[in-house]
Amino acid sequence: MNKLTVSPSPHVHSGDSVKKNMYGVLIALLPALFTSLYYFGIGALIVTITSIVSCVLFEYLIQKYLLKKDPSVTDGSAILTGLLLAFNLPSNAPIAIIIIGALVAMGIGKMAFGGLGNNPFNPALVGRVFLLISFPVQMTSWPTPIASRLAYTDAVTGATPLGVIKEGLAKGDIMSDLLTKIPSFSDMFYGNMGGSAGEIAAIALLIGFIYLLMKRIITWHIPVSVIGTIFIFTGILHLANPNIYISPVFHILTGGVMLGAIFMATDYVTSPMSRKGMIVFGVGIGVITVAIRVFGAYPEGLSFAILIMNGFVPLIDKYIKPKRFGELIKPAKA
Amino acid sequence: MNVVLITIITLSALGATAAVILYFVAQKFKVYEDPRIDQVEEILPAANCGGCGFPGCRAFAEALVKADDLSGYNCPVGGADVMSKAGKILGKEVTPAAPMVAVVRCNGTCENRPKQNNYDGAKSCSIASALYGGETGCTFGCLGLGDCVEACQFNAMYMDEKTGLPVIIEDNCVACGACVTACPKNIIELRNKGPKSRRIFVSCVNKDKGAPAKKACSVACIGCGKCVKVCPFEAITLENNLAYIDFNKCKLCRKCVTECPTNAIHELNFPPKKEKTAIETAEEN
Amino acid sequence: MLKTFSLGGIHPDENKLSADAPIEVLPVPETVAIPISQHIGAPAEPIVKKGDRVKVGQLIAKPSGFVSSYIHSSVSGTVDKIDELIDVSGYKRKAIIIKTEDDEWEETIDRSPDLITEIPATPEEIIKMIQEAGIVGLGGATFPAHIKLSPPPGKNCDILIINGVECEPYLTSDHRVMLEKGNEIMVGVQILMKALKVNNAIIGIENNKPDAIKHMITLASKYSGIVIEPLKVQYPQGGEKQLIDACIKRQVPSGKLPIEVGAVVQNVGTALAVYEAVQKKKPLIERVVTVTGKSVKKPCNLMVRLGTPVSALIEAAGGIPEDTEKIIGGGPMMGKALSTPDIPITKGSSGILLMPKKIATRKPVQNCIRCSKCVSVCPMGLSPYLLMTLAEKAIWDRAEDEAIMDCIECGSCSYTCPSSRPLLDYIRLGKSKVGQIMRSRTK
Repeated sequence: MNKLTVSPSPHVHSGDSVKKNMYGVLIALLPALFTSLYYFGIGALIVTITSIVSCVLFEYLIQKYLLKKDPSVTDGSAILTGLLLAFNLPSNAPIAIIIIGALVAMGIGKMAFGGLGNNPFNPALVGRVFLLISFPVQMTSWPTPIASRLAYTDAVTGATPLGVIKEGLAKGDIMSDLLTKIPSFSDMFYGNMGGSAGEIAAIALLIGFIYLLMKRIITWHIPVSVIGTIFIFTGILHLANPNIYISPVFHILTGGVMLGAIFMATDYVTSPMSRKGMIVFGVGIGVITVAIRVFGAYPEGLSFAILIMNGFVPLIDKYIKPKRFGELIKPAKA
Repeated sequence: MNVVLITIITLSALGATAAVILYFVAQKFKVYEDPRIDQVEEILPAANCGGCGFPGCRAFAEALVKADDLSGYNCPVGGADVMSKAGKILGKEVTPAAPMVAVVRCNGTCENRPKQNNYDGAKSCSIASALYGGETGCTFGCLGLGDCVEACQFNAMYMDEKTGLPVIIEDNCVACGACVTACPKNIIELRNKGPKSRRIFVSCVNKDKGAPAKKACSVACIGCGKCVKVCPFEAITLENNLAYIDFNKCKLCRKCVTECPTNAIHELNFPPKKEKTAIETAEEN
Repeated sequence: MLKTFSLGGIHPDENKLSADAPIEVLPVPETVAIPISQHIGAPAEPIVKKGDRVKVGQLIAKPSGFVSSYIHSSVSGTVDKIDELIDVSGYKRKAIIIKTEDDEWEETIDRSPDLITEIPATPEEIIKMIQEAGIVGLGGATFPAHIKLSPPPGKNCDILIINGVECEPYLTSDHRVMLEKGNEIMVGVQILMKALKVNNAIIGIENNKPDAIKHMITLASKYSGIVIEPLKVQYPQGGEKQLIDACIKRQVPSGKLPIEVGAVVQNVGTALAVYEAVQKKKPLIERVVTVTGKSVKKPCNLMVRLGTPVSALIEAAGGIPEDTEKIIGGGPMMGKALSTPDIPITKGSSGILLMPKKIATRKPVQNCIRCSKCVSVCPMGLSPYLLMTLAEKAIWDRAEDEAIMDCIECGSCSYTCPSSRPLLDYIRLGKSKVGQIMRSRTK
């Protein structure tokens, strides 16, 4: 017999690990990756690979040489950040820009705060927003989707449906005219529209959502409250004046709402801990998104909304606590 | 030009008004504080270690100013030097306290005290000690998980990898007592630093009877009482199978050290015995 | 939909390996070591000395405080010595060591197997008999049973809940007791109901024991006021507060006892001990212990005399497997790891679990990724991630505000944590520190 081991209870573990959760999210993102490859071809592939490789590399280098810790790149979180960053870029983004984005995402978004678990803001979004502000031209010219295409940069570029509507309304065009310039809802649902590499196909992202729910990696609270809020808010505006405000279905199918709500807002590290807090967080994201889209200068606002609400997470966690046992049912009078 | 002038005048007027208001408010809400508190705080080491028994240096300074008699108050970090300065400011008598130092009373190294099981919980002595007696047969000794090192603010402790025991760096130790409170086994004690840092102490806290104590650890105090008998100054007491040397009575004669059958009594900073005379005369010069 | 408690909970692998092994009687060992603190509260005071002859069931230690218990000899023989030895607490504590000779029982004990259903004793007599038989909660908490049966003035009990949940993985002792001693349990429950002056009792059993549920339902039809409640399998349903919530949808408020909502909870094993104490005059000297583990040759349920060394039980289960890394007294979720197999069985030992290295060692601790899984599994609705940080940083006042004292130490948080963080280790430390502070405040 060996020497006995003594430790405090519990003596068993569920077998869950950071790795399992991260790779679970990666698996859930596969359908979206396939649709982006289908519509944007080799360009999407190059963007994705560049982004993942540079994120992993930056994490490794920073951990090894700057922080002098054991690198933990195998936990999958850097791969996930890389993939999400790629999904938020146009599929013809120049490689140099992608690498800068990855450096900002990992270096400023994550490692500056002490690595996984300590970053207050979603690293992929930090990278994305940094690029959006620094390289507005490159970041907003999206190749139009062509099924099974191969070319990388010489594709025809155009604006996203959201951009079309926003610009059109600014110029004073009439809504009914503008509607003819954007893809149909079913095209949007299946991903046949211009946009960032991973945000186009709602159907693929919803399949991923179902997978995440089944694997219990995330709960429904954040995605449903984000999408629900955007739907209801824009729905009310649409009912009030359909000539200025477009249908809510359009809003939830475009501008990466699905991608953001399901995969970015639910990022463990930067979302609240209690269920109630998650709903507050989701509603906040929804309201800010719509406010930016409808009243602000940018055609889409989800990335900003998530980052802003990330900043509120500590506050939400401080004031919105999970329901305690004993608070639910009042003691019956015996 | 006009604009610049108006700006300057407006801002100056605003500033002047604010200053006047501030002055009156400050007068109204003024709290009188003995200026000597600031003076005393100035000379304190500002370590805020709590070794004096007060929450921080400021609180200690307040207590010193309030106290009628400074005996019983001591800043272990600053020592007699700081205390006499404080006494001078306050015009009060100071009896310098003997400098103290922390002492680890366990010598259960890996060889002396073989491991019987492996601990696999959180790396904290207080958690391990709440769980069980420890990895060895001795349920009193050091757990080796370093709560004391964690508590030390003065870089005066480290864990010896080889022995698994904490070591105190005497020059850095200010006897604040943080490690004493941190240790769940009450192994660390503040003792008189002694002349030329020479000290004698029982390096064991095992209260078991002789046989099980010896079985668990080869250098355990077995409570035989030989040291008590040999001590010419009645400095050693035996309680619960454990000898304790009162450092106020001990005259450092070292008779107990030679007498102890398990080498549980340690001497520190004494010159090696053979060359005793030579070195001692050298030091005294 | 089966009932269960309302917040959190987990479902670890059940691994009830010994569910089909009937209870066997372990032979009386050569020596027993009976610790004088086998219960929550003050240790008992030995009333025998070295060289005394004792019989089975003879009183050998009496309570030394209000929360304390009587202790009886589990064998007949001579008191060898009163010595200190390591018990399940992991520390050396006083124990009475008795060398066995013959098997001579106290004459007053009725050893016949006949079922006695008449309950002539009055409630006061019952409580006194339970106290003098040294009965404590046999589910593992070992709280003296008679104290729970005497509600403080002003508090009213209207229902008795019997815990037949056995939510700990691996353990099957309660399961087997229900199958084999069902009638005795029923009478025991009747006795407890009489002592509490209540007309209703619910026996909660988790749905992974369908045979026991069926058996108990058949038996319960013969007795008035006893209802069997099948419950959804969910850990920690065996926790008092969780069980009350699951069975009668009442929640005990923070910091209060079950009596606050008019309920008293006892374990099925305790009900059996109560039957034996009241109807057969037999004090608590033996109990059923599950010996189990993935590599154990013959997982079994043994009727064991208190004070038998754990090693004797392991021997009866086919010896200690080569790959054993950890011996646990109790279940894998809340049991205590033993530092040596020489530790004696006490009133609170419900099982001995031998764990191979593969599942026994902890994984390296990683950063908290704020996945909020600990929050969602906590059956008390706490925030374990936060409590751990507060305990690590010794911020005790905030830990108290975050209701650290509500924690029932079920271990669901540590079980779930993907980063393998020792959440419960630190929360337990925090509880003891905050408890100390709170006690010093009331002084």
